[in-house]
Amino acid sequence: MNPLLAQVEIHKRTEDTCVSDNGFCPGWIADNFDRYMDPFFQHVLLTVVAVGIGFLISFTLALVAYRRRWLINPVTQVTGVLYTIPSIAAFFLLLPITGRGFVTATVALVAYVLLIIFRNVLTGLDNVPEETKDAGRGMGLTDRQLLWRVEIPLALPEIMAGLRIAATTTVGLATLAFFAGAGGLGEQIFADINFKSNVVVAGGLAVLLAGVLDAIILLTQRAITPWTRAVAAR
Amino acid sequence: MNISDSAHPTGPSPRPSAATLEFREATKRYPGQTEPAVERLSLTVPAGEICVLVGPSGCGKTTAMRMVNRMIDITDGDILLDGQSVRERRPAELRRDIGYAIQQVGLFPHLSVADNIATVPRLLDWDRERIRARVDQLLELVSLDPEETRARYPAQLSGGQRQRVGVARALAVDPPLMLMDEPFGAIDPINRERLQNEFLRLQREIRKTVVFVTHDIDEAIKMGDRIAVLQKGGKLAQYAPPAELLMQPANAFVEDFVGSDRALKRLALQRVRDVDLWEAPLVRLGEPAAAVRGKLDNSEVPYALLVNDEGRPLGWLSDRALAGERITDELRSRPNPIIETDDILRDALSHLLAEEAQYAPVVDERGAVTGVLSIEILSHALKEDPEAVPSGADAL
Repeated sequence: MNPLLAQVEIHKRTEDTCVSDNGFCPGWIADNFDRYMDPFFQHVLLTVVAVGIGFLISFTLALVAYRRRWLINPVTQVTGVLYTIPSIAAFFLLLPITGRGFVTATVALVAYVLLIIFRNVLTGLDNVPEETKDAGRGMGLTDRQLLWRVEIPLALPEIMAGLRIAATTTVGLATLAFFAGAGGLGEQIFADINFKSNVVVAGGLAVLLAGVLDAIILLTQRAITPWTRAVAAR
Repeated sequence: MNISDSAHPTGPSPRPSAATLEFREATKRYPGQTEPAVERLSLTVPAGEICVLVGPSGCGKTTAMRMVNRMIDITDGDILLDGQSVRERRPAELRRDIGYAIQQVGLFPHLSVADNIATVPRLLDWDRERIRARVDQLLELVSLDPEETRARYPAQLSGGQRQRVGVARALAVDPPLMLMDEPFGAIDPINRERLQNEFLRLQREIRKTVVFVTHDIDEAIKMGDRIAVLQKGGKLAQYAPPAELLMQPANAFVEDFVGSDRALKRLALQRVRDVDLWEAPLVRLGEPAAAVRGKLDNSEVPYALLVNDEGRPLGWLSDRALAGERITDELRSRPNPIIETDDILRDALSHLLAEEAQYAPVVDERGAVTGVLSIEILSHALKEDPEAVPSGADAL
């Protein structure tokens, strides 16, 4: 949908003075709330898919680099470059390859979260106490058992912290996804950026989404790392 | 040697509970280093004995210990466990058969005490019920209350409790050999003494073969049935029972390492129960004073010791308490220090000196007075022939 057309539409539909003054109009919001639902769910999908794929890639990279330390620098440098490319630029760079739409937006967003999660997973693994690993090996855990039963569980607080940053950042970045033709709440915001009601609702939904995702990850972390609160429980 | 199995019917394995360990010219060389870390180490640890590897830092004692379970690979020579080379076995499987306890304990912070102890049993696919029973049994063995402890996380335990859980975890599948690397090194002196005594008491029951690494010669003398003194470069300077080490140091290095207070260190070879104590002039409240005065006249101890109904010491009585017809509770001083029959003489002496006391009541496990220990008895013990003195866990 052409952003200009959308703008015209919003204004044509009403004779309300609040709306024509671009004000904050609760009545208009109540009547028009439906129009935000599709972009909202597009936004959720973009964020969840991008963070999910980004997590799988960077978690795998981190596990490989944890055992083969020489990989750490090259991976950090490549993901670091991806991290610094402005996402709008990335959308346009990808156009000739993936065209307009969901895939392009997702690829750019994934590229952006790689560094964050990679570094957090690696930091979490590196922070596992040496004596814990030594005891585990000394008791006869194989490298693989040590990794999945001891090192990864102990790295969970850092891993989940990385996920939280990645998720909230991606919600923000996904507001630019409409430049790649992938819709989302950003499309609504820019559809009529002078209309307060519109900006407040679309922007508010993005903030709400970031908050909710953050809370979900935080609660998950608390549920799967009960030992981190053990000292207080004494 | 199946004491642990008979004492605990749920004991996990039918295999022998202790193994013979033999170092055969075991050598470790690191690439790029001219001197080997451990050089042609040969010694045999008989089944069921504690062998202490002791020496200054950099002497290769930890390296020697870690070669046994292949945490460090052997460059040359061999290490045999019950006659079988450890080099022939896959490291992970070998390690599951060998108890492993280290100074920093290395409990898994994310697992409860019970899950920590269950680590190796789970690797060996024990069923749940057997694991649950074994965990409780082990917690009791290391003097922890299963109800209170099993669901806790390591962060919720004191240092001493963590160390006990570490020992329980190492014993989980009743391994025939235990490796202990400075297991009590990070504990404060009072608790260290307690844990050492506890471990010796435990060892009397389970009779494992133990390789115990320490840099502390006093701990070595107290814990070891045999002591291997290593000098820099992992060379074995002397391998002998503690008494022999103190009486006949093999060379100047051992003599120097053992220290100029060798005679004093011999006090670590004996326990209070091994020496003849003075009879304590015990009195209870309300006893006729005349009889007590008569008792004191014939006693080596100049003061009467007031005890309660269970025989526990309350204090030394003053002259005024004896002046009347019946004994009153006018104390001259508190009964400090109180020595336990399991204490080694060295610790007993240091307790006496710390309290500036000439003598002290000795109590048994129930806390009841069995006699009086004095500086005089200790100096007499120093003159005895230490060859006749038992060592390590046997001394209990």
